[in-house]
Amino acid sequence: MKLTTKLLSASAIVSATSVGAVELEVTHWWTSGGEAAAVSELAKAFNEQTDHTWVDGAIAGSGGTARPIMISRITGGDPMGATQFNHGRQAEELVEAGLMQDLTEVAEAQNWREIVKPVSLLDACTIDGRVYCAPLNIHSWQWLWLSHDAYEQAGVDVPTNWDEFVAAAPALQEQGIVPLAMGEQAWQQSGAFGVMAIALAGEEAWRAVNIDLDAEVAAGPAYQRVFEAAVAARDLAADTNVGDWNLATNMVITGQAGGQIMGDWAQGEFQVAGQVAGEDYTCLPGLGETQVLDTGGDAFYFPKNDDPEITAAQLELAALLVSPEVQVDFNLKKGSLPVRGDVDLEAANDCMRKGLDILANGNILPSGDMALTPDVQGQIEDLMAEFWSDPSYTAEDAQARYADIIASAN
Amino acid sequence: MSSAEHAPAGPDKRPIRLFRNLWSKIAAIPMILVSVGIFVGGTIWTIVYSFTDSGLLPRLNWVGLEQYERLWSTRRWLVSIENLAVFGIASLILTFALGFLLAALLDRKIRFEDTFRTILLYPFALSFIVTGLVWQWILNPEFGVQSIVRGLGFESFTFDPLYDSSKVMIGLLIAGLWQGTGLIMVILLAGLRGIDEDIWKASRVDGIPAWKTYVVIIIPMLKPVFITALVLVTSGIVKLYDLVVAMTSGGPGISSEVPAKFVYDTLFTRQNLGQGFAASTMMLVTVAIILIPWALLQFRGKKND
Repeated sequence: MKLTTKLLSASAIVSATSVGAVELEVTHWWTSGGEAAAVSELAKAFNEQTDHTWVDGAIAGSGGTARPIMISRITGGDPMGATQFNHGRQAEELVEAGLMQDLTEVAEAQNWREIVKPVSLLDACTIDGRVYCAPLNIHSWQWLWLSHDAYEQAGVDVPTNWDEFVAAAPALQEQGIVPLAMGEQAWQQSGAFGVMAIALAGEEAWRAVNIDLDAEVAAGPAYQRVFEAAVAARDLAADTNVGDWNLATNMVITGQAGGQIMGDWAQGEFQVAGQVAGEDYTCLPGLGETQVLDTGGDAFYFPKNDDPEITAAQLELAALLVSPEVQVDFNLKKGSLPVRGDVDLEAANDCMRKGLDILANGNILPSGDMALTPDVQGQIEDLMAEFWSDPSYTAEDAQARYADIIASAN
Repeated sequence: MSSAEHAPAGPDKRPIRLFRNLWSKIAAIPMILVSVGIFVGGTIWTIVYSFTDSGLLPRLNWVGLEQYERLWSTRRWLVSIENLAVFGIASLILTFALGFLLAALLDRKIRFEDTFRTILLYPFALSFIVTGLVWQWILNPEFGVQSIVRGLGFESFTFDPLYDSSKVMIGLLIAGLWQGTGLIMVILLAGLRGIDEDIWKASRVDGIPAWKTYVVIIIPMLKPVFITALVLVTSGIVKLYDLVVAMTSGGPGISSEVPAKFVYDTLFTRQNLGQGFAASTMMLVTVAIILIPWALLQFRGKKND
């Protein structure tokens, strides 16, 4: 009975709304606690500030599960109203095939080129001078999370850079603490390698390999140092027996592990565990070596639609996502950084502030998602999965194969 | 064969071949369209596009054999093929050995046969995903077999196949056998039940021991049943995917990758249709290598009858 009443009243509300109000289905893969709280901020803003209704299309699993579903819906002629993708080349071919709504009008009206910081996020949305996506947040990979508890037990100071981290490892191992927690999943291993590459090979060499696809640099001495460090890191992580990244983060939280290389989404785990940045844990951007962050994260794309009312609603949502209030509300819940420099995150903690400072100084790089196609990233993941799981895999062999992949990339 | 074919046709009223059994032919049209359109058409489409550089979306930009050259120089593909061969051969031999052994034991007119049959067939009712998850827990060194045996006092006991790249296929094989042997047992048992009692009586009169009767007389008589079971088992092996995803997701490293997982990952998460089509075409070739001899066997068998 109750349900029937609810349905009746719901349909009454729907039919009573003004002409032009549409239900906009939005698909995304934000399903963990903090992520769901963040996305509900978007829904709230959209429902309150426009005539339209947000229909939540969360797809459980990770991006790897969700993206094929989204892409097959778009290519199969059943487009949703809006959809999440990561910044970068994931939706590039969909745009080239003319399946995405052009947002240039909104971008120019709102002056995105001036307000979006770093502007590379907008460049990642821009193809042939037209804007096809609305950037939403920034996530960066370049963080080393350190457990104060673990270093206290071992009686050594908390490291401030990678070399100190490696030097402190034997003291941790004596206490039965794993120096480096590393989840046994290809994306984590590949991501950690990417972080080490930027920190240890330096920005110039990283750009040459990832953006100019220069295989000679990939085979050269700068990257040799990275692969040697990766072999050392593999030994430090040898006693980790977990798969998921948050389980590895939990080892750092509980002091079973000294540190973990993971993106800033790990911060949510520390917050949920009630830990305070600077007191219970330390974060070192760029492994304490190179103060530079990559600027991955999420953007919304709007598949083309036949219905002009839906198109109008899409443009309204695009404008809303970049607006200052939504940027603050969403990013505080998500633990990510806003895409515009002119908003104030008063509630941001120690680690987020470090990130904001680096962004403000302009020490940024495009993310791997922006530079390399999913195909090339997949090949690198395969290489890293094998390299990290096989202690007999030498740095020279891995580097040679890495250079081959870069040489064949496009 | 229908009775119509044997109906005596008058010399002046010979039915046209095409219109014989007209209604059954009309009824079969949708099926024919589906199988030609979807199966054959889809297969040809896939093979054609495996010679292009299609990425996320298919496009006809010819690159010749490039996708195949890249495929056969990709380590993950080579590891996948090797894993499939190891898993396939071991699983074929063991499924048939165990399945036949269990079927023969059940056929000895034991008590509670129904109960045993149900228990042995039951794992087949579970999907590979459930099977994989269950065995992942059982084989987990932290709280599975290893920790139980260690708890009994054998401190140095080590059994963690899923965390050791040289043994991971054994872990998959255990789960696969647990799930699949019951079905083969039931099929072979049905075959055994079809053997005439007189054959057993005759062999007993001649004083031939039971095991020898099985090997020399019964198994050759069961040839058609074995072939059916063989096709079922091999097609299950070639499409091995969900068990791996549930148990190891290809790890540790890439040591338990299989071709079907390579195809899925390449097509959908890596947005490289051309490469994925090349890999699935190679899988089709593998299946054809298995199916063509079977089809020939069946065909020849019919002629001889």
